[in-house]
Amino acid sequence: MSRHAGRPPGGIAFEDRMATTEFRVAPEPHIVVDGDSCRGCTTRECVAACPAALFVPVSDGGILFNYEQCFECGTCYLVCNTAGAISWRYPEGGAGVVYRRT
Amino acid sequence: MRQRGRASSEEVTRDAGAARVPVDDKRAARVPVDDKRAAQVPSGATPAARFDAVVVGAGPAGSAAALVLAKAGRSVCLLERGPFPGSKNLFGGVIYAKVLDDLVPSWRDEAPLERWVTRRATMVLTETQSLSVDFRSGAWGRPPYNGATALRPRFDAWLAEAAVAAGADLVTSTTATGLVRKPGTGAVAGVTTDRPDGTLLADAVVACDGVNAFLAKEAGCAGEPDPAHFTLGVKEVIALGADEIESRFGLPPGEGADFEILGGSGGVAGGGFLYTNLDTVSVGLVLSLQGLSRSGRRPEELLAGLKAHPAIEPLVGGGALVEYGAHLIPEAGLAMMPKLAADGFVVAGDAAGMCLAAGLWLEGVNFAIASGAAAGRAVVEALGAGDLRGSRLESAYRGQLRKGFVLADLTRFRRAPALLLSERVQNRYPELVCDLVEQMFTVGNPVPKPGLRSLTRTQATRAGVRWRDLVRDAWTAMRAFG
Repeated sequence: MSRHAGRPPGGIAFEDRMATTEFRVAPEPHIVVDGDSCRGCTTRECVAACPAALFVPVSDGGILFNYEQCFECGTCYLVCNTAGAISWRYPEGGAGVVYRRT
Repeated sequence: MRQRGRASSEEVTRDAGAARVPVDDKRAARVPVDDKRAAQVPSGATPAARFDAVVVGAGPAGSAAALVLAKAGRSVCLLERGPFPGSKNLFGGVIYAKVLDDLVPSWRDEAPLERWVTRRATMVLTETQSLSVDFRSGAWGRPPYNGATALRPRFDAWLAEAAVAAGADLVTSTTATGLVRKPGTGAVAGVTTDRPDGTLLADAVVACDGVNAFLAKEAGCAGEPDPAHFTLGVKEVIALGADEIESRFGLPPGEGADFEILGGSGGVAGGGFLYTNLDTVSVGLVLSLQGLSRSGRRPEELLAGLKAHPAIEPLVGGGALVEYGAHLIPEAGLAMMPKLAADGFVVAGDAAGMCLAAGLWLEGVNFAIASGAAAGRAVVEALGAGDLRGSRLESAYRGQLRKGFVLADLTRFRRAPALLLSERVQNRYPELVCDLVEQMFTVGNPVPKPGLRSLTRTQATRAGVRWRDLVRDAWTAMRAFG
């Protein structure tokens, strides 16, 4: 990593990395994050661990969450130590991540 | 929802011959629960669709279960929440598909595989060193072969098509939202889905819904998950071209390489992998969830570290990123295995923890296929006897599993996952062994060579490993892999 100091990991911007994967966005979020629970959380395991970096700390002490580029892996609810902070289900049929066939 | 062809009334009439559902959401889905049709029917006017069995999830476990059930002449609905089977699925990876010899005898010619693996290396990395055991076999490049690299969206779609060809009804773009219970007994009697009037009734539900195992929890087979039992896999697929891959990895045309890596995960417990596909390579990390969240490091940053390693960069550098993805791995084997059945319900594949994460052996798809097929056979047996109680299903299922490798391998290597994620194996031994080899081959003239025993002692002390621990871990490893 030191050889990429000043450059994004792997030499590719995170948005470009995520743009390689297809997501069919459902109208309804399949994950709901309770902002009040997050404000009291100091450990914030989700922020580092989510492979899609969907949990973003904001200046008022809360967490901004966007479900649209979710890999549906389950990491966030497993690492979360705040009961009730993350409500997690699979997106509606046909929606969400679609890995490529070629 | 995605565009779906409108099904005519003839098409939605259920008969065995008409149940050939294309494995693609863009074409007409000839199934009784098509959303376009259901939306036109007043609620309550359509009786729920009924099957002998509903299989949830068209991954390798689900498709194997559906294939077995359909071949036995049972009506089976294979439910998939993605737009096509495999669309949600991601692994390293290599498939050991001999388990298909009975189910799809022609798999060697038909399955969409990338390369037959003839080179298998186990690498130990420190920041600047690497030590490999690099094995090649000519036999693995000829029938009956050994493993093959693959991409899951293609492989899983192919296996689901085999289930459809045997008579299973595949329904895509449909998420199972819960279990239907029989009034009175509470036995599982089907699933609810997210389609209008989308309830599917069945004598048995086979849950192959993947690592998050929501249905097994709802059925009472599994409790709350322990994060220590899971790892996160992150993977990049990088385009290099077939010729370039064969030249970089020293491979004959069509043959492939499988590299398993210890110590390249930036201090987070886990490991790395590198596989050659036909014209891309798959490179990734498997990371302990707890190690990752405690480290505060980002998965893609750790993966960039592996890719920049002097032993890895020449193999993967310079190619374009084709796809980035992530998936959880059920890592703990027997320690995380749920109850395998409830009344009218069985669980298989990742949802049942049937995945071998034993370091030297990393296998999942073959475990999924074998467990799904065993679950399917258990349901066939129970349907034949007209007895779908959980106790009967569990004993039939375990009886089927005992005929094969799933429980035997998971039992034999039950100590391996914890050993491999232990602090010494992760953080001390890579440095110890690399430094030992470096000292061994560093010619220190005019200083005479030290003996291997004194060298080992010196390096163990430097790495902070006590003899006692070394002996204990060696003993544990012998038991774990014996």
